[in-house]
Amino acid sequence: MAEFTLPKNSVVKKGKHFPAPAGASKVRTFKVYRWNPDDGQNPRVDTYDVDMASCGPMVLDALIKIKNEIDPTLTFRRSCREGICGSCAMNIDGTNTLACTKAVSDCSAKDVPIYPLPHMNVVKDLVPDLTHFYAQYASIKPWIRTQSAPPPDAERLQSKEDRAKLDGLYECILCACCSTSCPSYWWNGDRYLGPAILLQAYRWIIDSRDEDTGARLDDLEDPFRLYRCHTIMNCARTCPKGLNPAKAIAEIKKLMVLRQGA
Amino acid sequence: MSQLRTPLKTVRGLGSARGGTHHFVVQRITAVALVPLSLWFVWIALSLIHLDYAGARALIAQPCNAVLLAAFVLAVFWHAQLGLQVVIEDYVHTPGLEIASQLAVKFLAVLGALASLLAIGRIAFGS
Repeated sequence: MAEFTLPKNSVVKKGKHFPAPAGASKVRTFKVYRWNPDDGQNPRVDTYDVDMASCGPMVLDALIKIKNEIDPTLTFRRSCREGICGSCAMNIDGTNTLACTKAVSDCSAKDVPIYPLPHMNVVKDLVPDLTHFYAQYASIKPWIRTQSAPPPDAERLQSKEDRAKLDGLYECILCACCSTSCPSYWWNGDRYLGPAILLQAYRWIIDSRDEDTGARLDDLEDPFRLYRCHTIMNCARTCPKGLNPAKAIAEIKKLMVLRQGA
Repeated sequence: MSQLRTPLKTVRGLGSARGGTHHFVVQRITAVALVPLSLWFVWIALSLIHLDYAGARALIAQPCNAVLLAAFVLAVFWHAQLGLQVVIEDYVHTPGLEIASQLAVKFLAVLGALASLLAIGRIAFGS
Protein backbone atom coordinates (compact mmCIF):
# COMPACT_ATOMS: atom_id res chain seq x y z
CA MET A 1 0.00 0.00 0.00
CA ALA A 2 1.05 3.60 -0.48
CA GLU A 3 3.48 5.10 2.03
CA PHE A 4 2.72 8.67 2.95
CA THR A 5 5.73 9.32 5.17
CA LEU A 6 9.42 8.68 4.67
CA PRO A 7 10.95 5.68 6.44
CA LYS A 8 12.86 6.77 9.58
CA ASN A 9 16.26 6.23 7.97
CA SER A 10 15.33 8.36 4.94
CA VAL A 11 14.29 11.53 6.77
CA VAL A 12 16.63 14.30 5.64
CA LYS A 13 18.43 15.97 8.56
CA LYS A 14 20.02 19.42 8.85
CA GLY A 15 23.69 19.13 7.93
CA LYS A 16 26.88 21.07 8.41
CA HIS A 17 27.44 24.70 7.44
CA PHE A 18 30.62 25.72 5.65
CA PRO A 19 30.88 29.53 5.81
CA ALA A 20 32.63 31.52 3.10
CA PRO A 21 36.25 32.54 3.78
CA ALA A 22 36.84 35.99 5.22
CA GLY A 23 36.97 38.64 2.52
CA ALA A 24 34.62 36.82 0.14
CA SER A 25 32.91 39.44 -1.97
CA LYS A 26 30.19 37.62 -3.96
CA VAL A 27 28.81 34.85 -1.77
CA ARG A 28 26.18 32.40 -3.07
CA THR A 29 24.83 29.65 -0.85
CA PHE A 30 24.25 26.05 -1.97
CA LYS A 31 22.24 23.49 -0.03
CA VAL A 32 23.48 20.08 -1.11
CA TYR A 33 21.95 16.67 -0.38
CA ARG A 34 24.44 14.36 1.29
CA TRP A 35 24.18 10.66 2.01
CA ASN A 36 26.93 8.18 2.69
CA PRO A 37 26.04 4.46 2.53
CA ASP A 38 28.96 3.58 4.82
CA ASP A 39 28.31 5.64 7.97
CA GLY A 40 24.80 4.44 8.83
CA GLN A 41 23.57 8.04 9.17
CA ASN A 42 20.42 9.61 7.73
CA PRO A 43 20.72 11.81 4.66
CA ARG A 44 21.42 15.46 5.45
CA VAL A 45 21.58 18.78 3.63
CA ASP A 46 24.93 20.58 3.95
CA THR A 47 25.15 24.31 3.38
CA TYR A 48 28.10 25.74 1.46
CA ASP A 49 28.78 29.46 1.10
CA VAL A 50 30.83 29.85 -2.07
CA ASP A 51 32.68 32.99 -3.14
CA MET A 52 31.50 33.38 -6.73
CA ALA A 53 34.18 36.03 -7.35
CA SER A 54 36.71 33.20 -7.65
CA CYS A 55 34.38 30.60 -9.22
CA GLY A 56 33.21 29.76 -12.73
CA PRO A 57 29.65 30.68 -13.74
CA MET A 58 28.04 27.23 -13.80
CA VAL A 59 26.65 25.13 -10.95
CA LEU A 60 29.21 22.45 -11.82
CA ASP A 61 31.99 25.02 -11.35
CA ALA A 62 30.62 25.69 -7.88
CA LEU A 63 30.43 21.97 -7.06
CA ILE A 64 34.02 21.43 -8.23
CA LYS A 65 35.13 24.43 -6.17
CA ILE A 66 33.36 22.98 -3.13
CA LYS A 67 35.04 19.62 -3.63
CA ASN A 68 38.49 21.13 -4.29
CA GLU A 69 38.56 23.86 -1.66
CA ILE A 70 35.84 23.32 0.94
CA ASP A 71 34.76 19.69 1.38
CA PRO A 72 36.57 16.90 -0.53
CA THR A 73 34.02 14.31 0.65
CA LEU A 74 31.29 15.68 -1.68
CA THR A 75 30.57 13.07 -4.34
CA PHE A 76 29.09 13.71 -7.78
CA ARG A 77 29.51 12.57 -11.40
CA ARG A 78 30.93 14.90 -14.03
CA SER A 79 32.98 14.56 -17.14
CA CYS A 80 32.70 16.77 -20.23
CA ARG A 81 31.55 20.03 -18.55
CA GLU A 82 29.86 21.06 -21.83
CA GLY A 83 26.47 19.29 -21.84
CA ILE A 84 27.29 16.37 -24.07
CA CYS A 85 28.08 13.47 -21.69
CA GLY A 86 25.07 13.73 -19.37
CA SER A 87 27.05 12.69 -16.30
CA CYS A 88 26.24 15.69 -14.09
CA ALA A 89 22.44 15.39 -14.33
CA MET A 90 20.94 16.34 -10.97
CA ASN A 91 18.07 18.28 -9.45
CA ILE A 92 19.17 21.92 -9.21
CA ASP A 93 16.90 24.70 -8.00
CA GLY A 94 13.96 22.31 -8.17
CA THR A 95 14.47 21.15 -11.76
CA ASN A 96 16.38 18.25 -13.25
CA THR A 97 19.16 19.59 -15.41
CA LEU A 98 22.86 19.37 -16.16
CA ALA A 99 25.06 21.11 -13.59
CA CYS A 100 27.53 22.05 -16.32
CA THR A 101 25.05 24.01 -18.45
CA LYS A 102 23.02 25.56 -15.61
CA ALA A 103 24.30 29.01 -14.71
CA VAL A 104 24.30 29.85 -11.02
CA SER A 105 22.89 33.27 -11.93
CA ASP A 106 19.84 31.55 -13.50
CA CYS A 107 18.92 29.85 -10.20
CA SER A 108 16.01 31.68 -8.61
CA ALA A 109 16.31 30.35 -5.05
CA LYS A 110 18.42 32.45 -2.68
CA ASP A 111 20.06 29.28 -1.34
CA VAL A 112 20.37 27.00 -4.38
CA PRO A 113 19.14 23.47 -3.51
CA ILE A 114 21.05 20.64 -5.20
CA TYR A 115 19.68 17.09 -4.94
CA PRO A 116 20.28 13.86 -6.86
CA LEU A 117 17.85 12.92 -9.65
CA PRO A 118 14.45 12.25 -8.00
CA HIS A 119 13.08 8.84 -7.11
CA MET A 120 16.23 6.90 -7.93
CA ASN A 121 18.23 4.84 -5.49
CA VAL A 122 21.17 6.90 -4.31
CA VAL A 123 24.66 5.44 -4.51
CA LYS A 124 26.23 8.36 -2.61
CA ASP A 125 25.48 12.09 -2.29
CA LEU A 126 24.49 13.29 -5.79
CA VAL A 127 25.15 9.98 -7.56
CA PRO A 128 21.98 8.05 -8.50
CA ASP A 129 21.90 4.36 -9.43
CA LEU A 130 21.09 4.25 -13.17
CA THR A 131 21.47 0.47 -13.60
CA HIS A 132 17.77 -0.10 -14.32
CA PHE A 133 17.63 2.92 -16.64
CA TYR A 134 20.55 1.60 -18.70
CA ALA A 135 19.04 -1.91 -18.79
CA GLN A 136 15.82 -0.38 -20.14
CA TYR A 137 17.90 1.31 -22.85
CA ALA A 138 19.53 -2.01 -23.73
CA SER A 139 16.09 -3.67 -23.88
CA ILE A 140 15.01 -1.61 -26.92
CA LYS A 141 18.07 -2.87 -28.85
CA PRO A 142 19.28 0.59 -29.79
CA TRP A 143 21.15 -0.26 -32.95
CA ILE A 144 20.21 -0.60 -36.62
CA ARG A 145 18.40 -3.88 -37.33
CA THR A 146 18.10 -4.98 -40.96
CA GLN A 147 17.49 -8.03 -43.11
CA SER A 148 19.00 -6.60 -46.30
CA ALA A 149 22.75 -6.86 -46.52
CA PRO A 150 24.49 -3.49 -46.64
CA PRO A 151 25.64 -2.30 -50.08
CA PRO A 152 29.12 -3.78 -50.58
CA ASP A 153 30.79 -0.53 -51.52
CA ALA A 154 28.80 2.18 -49.75
CA GLU A 155 27.01 3.21 -46.60
CA ARG A 156 23.27 2.66 -46.19
CA LEU A 157 22.00 5.88 -47.75
CA GLN A 158 19.21 8.09 -46.52
CA SER A 159 17.43 11.03 -48.15
CA LYS A 160 17.84 14.46 -46.62
CA GLU A 161 14.15 14.42 -45.69
CA ASP A 162 14.51 11.10 -43.86
CA ARG A 163 17.66 12.30 -42.12
CA ALA A 164 15.75 15.37 -40.95
CA LYS A 165 13.32 13.08 -39.10
CA LEU A 166 16.12 12.22 -36.67
CA ASP A 167 16.59 15.85 -35.67
CA GLY A 168 15.35 16.40 -32.14
CA LEU A 169 16.01 12.72 -31.40
CA TYR A 170 19.70 12.05 -32.05
CA GLU A 171 20.69 14.90 -29.71
CA CYS A 172 19.49 12.94 -26.66
CA ILE A 173 22.45 12.19 -24.37
CA LEU A 174 20.59 9.83 -22.00
CA CYS A 175 21.19 12.01 -18.94
CA ALA A 176 17.91 10.69 -17.43
CA CYS A 177 16.67 14.18 -16.48
CA CYS A 178 13.36 13.56 -18.27
CA SER A 179 12.65 10.03 -17.04
CA THR A 180 13.37 10.95 -13.42
CA SER A 181 11.09 14.01 -13.67
CA CYS A 182 8.15 11.87 -14.80
CA PRO A 183 5.63 10.93 -12.06
CA SER A 184 4.56 7.93 -14.13
CA TYR A 185 8.19 6.77 -14.16
CA TRP A 186 8.38 7.36 -10.39
CA TRP A 187 5.37 5.15 -9.64
CA ASN A 188 5.82 2.52 -12.37
CA GLY A 189 9.43 2.81 -13.47
CA ASP A 190 9.90 -0.92 -13.01
CA ARG A 191 7.75 -1.55 -16.10
CA TYR A 192 7.25 1.85 -17.78
CA LEU A 193 10.20 2.59 -20.08
CA GLY A 194 10.04 6.32 -19.45
CA PRO A 195 10.48 9.29 -21.79
CA ALA A 196 14.23 8.97 -22.48
CA ILE A 197 14.07 5.34 -23.54
CA LEU A 198 10.88 5.85 -25.57
CA LEU A 199 12.46 8.80 -27.38
CA GLN A 200 15.44 6.58 -28.17
CA ALA A 201 13.09 3.82 -29.34
CA TYR A 202 11.33 6.29 -31.65
CA ARG A 203 14.72 7.39 -32.99
CA TRP A 204 15.10 3.83 -34.41
CA ILE A 205 11.44 3.39 -35.35
CA ILE A 206 11.55 6.50 -37.55
CA ASP A 207 14.99 5.76 -39.06
CA SER A 208 14.44 5.05 -42.78
CA ARG A 209 17.36 2.59 -42.83
CA ASP A 210 16.05 0.37 -40.03
CA GLU A 211 13.97 -2.60 -41.22
CA ASP A 212 12.67 -3.87 -37.87
CA THR A 213 10.02 -1.19 -37.32
CA GLY A 214 7.20 -3.68 -36.75
CA ALA A 215 9.13 -5.70 -34.20
CA ARG A 216 10.11 -2.50 -32.40
CA LEU A 217 6.43 -1.46 -32.20
CA ASP A 218 5.51 -4.99 -31.04
CA ASP A 219 7.99 -4.73 -28.18
CA LEU A 220 6.59 -1.38 -27.07
CA GLU A 221 2.88 -2.23 -27.44
CA ASP A 222 2.20 -2.77 -23.77
CA PRO A 223 -0.05 -1.06 -21.20
CA PHE A 224 2.99 -0.36 -19.02
CA ARG A 225 6.02 -0.04 -21.31
CA LEU A 226 4.40 2.65 -23.50
CA TYR A 227 0.90 3.54 -22.33
CA ARG A 228 1.92 4.68 -18.82
CA CYS A 229 2.72 8.00 -20.53
CA HIS A 230 -0.17 10.27 -19.53
CA THR A 231 1.24 13.34 -21.34
CA ILE A 232 2.22 15.04 -18.09
CA MET A 233 4.94 16.82 -20.14
CA ASN A 234 7.51 17.18 -17.33
CA CYS A 235 9.96 15.50 -19.72
CA ALA A 236 9.73 18.25 -22.34
CA ARG A 237 9.84 20.95 -19.69
CA THR A 238 12.98 19.65 -17.98
CA CYS A 239 15.10 18.39 -20.92
CA PRO A 240 18.43 20.26 -20.70
CA LYS A 241 18.92 19.73 -24.45
CA GLY A 242 15.56 21.30 -25.32
CA LEU A 243 14.13 18.07 -26.77
CA ASN A 244 10.51 16.91 -26.61
CA PRO A 245 10.25 13.25 -25.52
CA ALA A 246 6.46 13.62 -25.08
CA LYS A 247 6.12 14.31 -28.81
CA ALA A 248 8.20 11.23 -29.67
CA ILE A 249 5.93 9.12 -27.43
CA ALA A 250 2.83 10.61 -29.07
CA GLU A 251 4.28 9.71 -32.49
CA ILE A 252 4.80 6.10 -31.33
CA LYS A 253 1.16 5.95 -30.15
CA LYS A 254 0.02 7.33 -33.51
CA LEU A 255 1.94 4.58 -35.32
CA MET A 256 0.33 1.98 -33.02
CA VAL A 257 -3.13 3.21 -34.02
CA LEU A 258 -2.16 3.60 -37.67
CA ARG A 259 -1.06 0.00 -38.07
CA GLN A 260 -4.24 -1.49 -36.63
CA GLY A 261 -6.90 1.07 -37.49
CA ALA A 262 -9.35 2.30 -34.92
CA MET B 1 18.73 -14.19 -5.25
CA SER B 2 17.63 -11.15 -7.21
CA GLN B 3 21.24 -9.97 -7.40
CA LEU B 4 22.06 -13.08 -9.41
CA ARG B 5 19.62 -11.94 -12.10
CA THR B 6 20.83 -9.42 -14.65
CA PRO B 7 19.15 -6.00 -14.79
CA LEU B 8 18.04 -6.80 -18.35
CA LYS B 9 16.22 -9.92 -17.13
CA THR B 10 14.21 -7.71 -14.76
CA VAL B 11 13.46 -5.12 -17.44
CA ARG B 12 12.34 -7.63 -20.07
CA GLY B 13 10.14 -9.33 -17.48
CA LEU B 14 7.23 -11.21 -19.00
CA GLY B 15 7.68 -9.43 -22.33
CA SER B 16 5.37 -7.10 -24.17
CA ALA B 17 1.64 -7.67 -23.62
CA ARG B 18 1.00 -6.73 -27.31
CA GLY B 19 -1.92 -4.66 -26.07
CA GLY B 20 -3.03 -1.33 -24.74
CA THR B 21 -3.71 0.28 -28.10
CA HIS B 22 -7.38 -0.77 -28.08
CA HIS B 23 -7.79 0.75 -24.61
CA PHE B 24 -6.06 3.93 -25.82
CA VAL B 25 -8.33 4.18 -28.89
CA VAL B 26 -11.61 3.51 -27.05
CA GLN B 27 -10.69 6.01 -24.35
CA ARG B 28 -10.31 8.66 -27.04
CA ILE B 29 -13.45 7.67 -28.96
CA THR B 30 -15.56 7.94 -25.81
CA ALA B 31 -13.85 11.25 -25.00
CA VAL B 32 -14.70 12.66 -28.43
CA ALA B 33 -18.29 11.41 -28.10
CA LEU B 34 -18.56 13.08 -24.70
CA VAL B 35 -17.70 16.55 -26.04
CA PRO B 36 -21.05 17.15 -27.84
CA LEU B 37 -22.98 14.86 -25.47
CA SER B 38 -21.81 16.77 -22.38
CA LEU B 39 -22.73 20.12 -23.96
CA TRP B 40 -26.15 18.70 -24.82
CA PHE B 41 -26.50 17.30 -21.29
CA VAL B 42 -25.78 20.69 -19.71
CA TRP B 43 -28.40 22.25 -21.96
CA ILE B 44 -31.05 19.62 -21.18
CA ALA B 45 -30.25 19.77 -17.43
CA LEU B 46 -30.75 23.54 -17.50
CA SER B 47 -34.08 23.11 -19.31
CA LEU B 48 -35.21 20.57 -16.68
CA ILE B 49 -34.75 23.12 -13.88
CA HIS B 50 -37.74 25.13 -14.99
CA LEU B 51 -40.10 22.15 -15.36
CA ASP B 52 -42.30 20.36 -12.86
CA TYR B 53 -42.13 16.55 -12.46
CA ALA B 54 -44.58 15.73 -15.24
CA GLY B 55 -42.96 18.22 -17.58
CA ALA B 56 -39.50 16.84 -16.86
CA ARG B 57 -40.67 13.28 -17.58
CA ALA B 58 -42.29 14.44 -20.81
CA LEU B 59 -39.09 16.20 -21.97
CA ILE B 60 -36.91 13.13 -21.31
CA ALA B 61 -39.51 10.82 -22.85
CA GLN B 62 -39.11 12.53 -26.22
CA PRO B 63 -37.31 9.89 -28.37
CA CYS B 64 -34.46 12.20 -29.38
CA ASN B 65 -33.76 13.22 -25.78
CA ALA B 66 -34.08 9.64 -24.46
CA VAL B 67 -31.60 8.30 -27.04
CA LEU B 68 -29.10 11.12 -26.43
CA LEU B 69 -29.39 10.66 -22.66
CA ALA B 70 -28.81 6.91 -23.01
CA ALA B 71 -25.79 7.59 -25.25
CA PHE B 72 -24.44 10.11 -22.71
CA VAL B 73 -24.84 7.66 -19.83
CA LEU B 74 -23.12 4.85 -21.76
CA ALA B 75 -20.23 7.07 -22.82
CA VAL B 76 -19.79 8.42 -19.28
CA PHE B 77 -19.66 5.02 -17.59
CA TRP B 78 -17.49 3.50 -20.31
CA HIS B 79 -15.05 6.40 -20.25
CA ALA B 80 -15.01 6.54 -16.43
CA GLN B 81 -14.28 2.82 -16.21
CA LEU B 82 -11.39 3.08 -18.67
CA GLY B 83 -9.95 6.05 -16.79
CA LEU B 84 -10.31 4.54 -13.33
CA GLN B 85 -8.69 1.34 -14.59
CA VAL B 86 -5.58 3.35 -15.48
CA VAL B 87 -5.63 5.22 -12.16
CA ILE B 88 -5.70 1.91 -10.28
CA GLU B 89 -2.94 0.47 -12.48
CA ASP B 90 -0.89 3.59 -11.73
CA TYR B 91 -1.29 3.78 -7.98
CA VAL B 92 -2.57 0.52 -6.47
CA HIS B 93 0.19 -2.07 -6.40
CA THR B 94 -0.96 -4.31 -3.56
CA PRO B 95 -1.76 -7.54 -5.43
CA GLY B 96 -5.12 -8.52 -3.87
CA LEU B 97 -6.32 -4.95 -3.49
CA GLU B 98 -5.50 -4.13 -7.12
CA ILE B 99 -7.63 -6.96 -8.52
CA ALA B 100 -10.45 -6.25 -6.05
CA SER B 101 -10.58 -2.56 -6.95
CA GLN B 102 -10.41 -3.28 -10.69
CA LEU B 103 -13.37 -5.66 -10.34
CA ALA B 104 -15.30 -3.22 -8.16
CA VAL B 105 -14.90 -0.41 -10.69
CA LYS B 106 -16.00 -2.60 -13.59
CA PHE B 107 -19.01 -4.03 -11.74
CA LEU B 108 -20.12 -0.62 -10.46
CA ALA B 109 -19.76 0.90 -13.93
CA VAL B 110 -21.92 -1.81 -15.50
CA LEU B 111 -24.51 -1.60 -12.69
CA GLY B 112 -24.58 2.20 -12.90
CA ALA B 113 -25.05 2.11 -16.67
CA LEU B 114 -27.79 -0.56 -16.46
CA ALA B 115 -29.66 1.30 -13.72
CA SER B 116 -29.47 4.56 -15.68
CA LEU B 117 -30.67 2.87 -18.89
CA LEU B 118 -33.55 1.24 -17.02
CA ALA B 119 -34.59 4.60 -15.58
CA ILE B 120 -34.43 6.27 -19.01
CA GLY B 121 -36.35 3.34 -20.54
CA ARG B 122 -39.09 3.49 -17.95
CA ILE B 123 -39.54 7.21 -18.58
CA ALA B 124 -39.37 6.83 -22.37
CA PHE B 125 -41.81 3.92 -22.47
CA GLY B 126 -44.04 5.47 -19.82
CA SER B 127 -44.13 2.54 -17.39
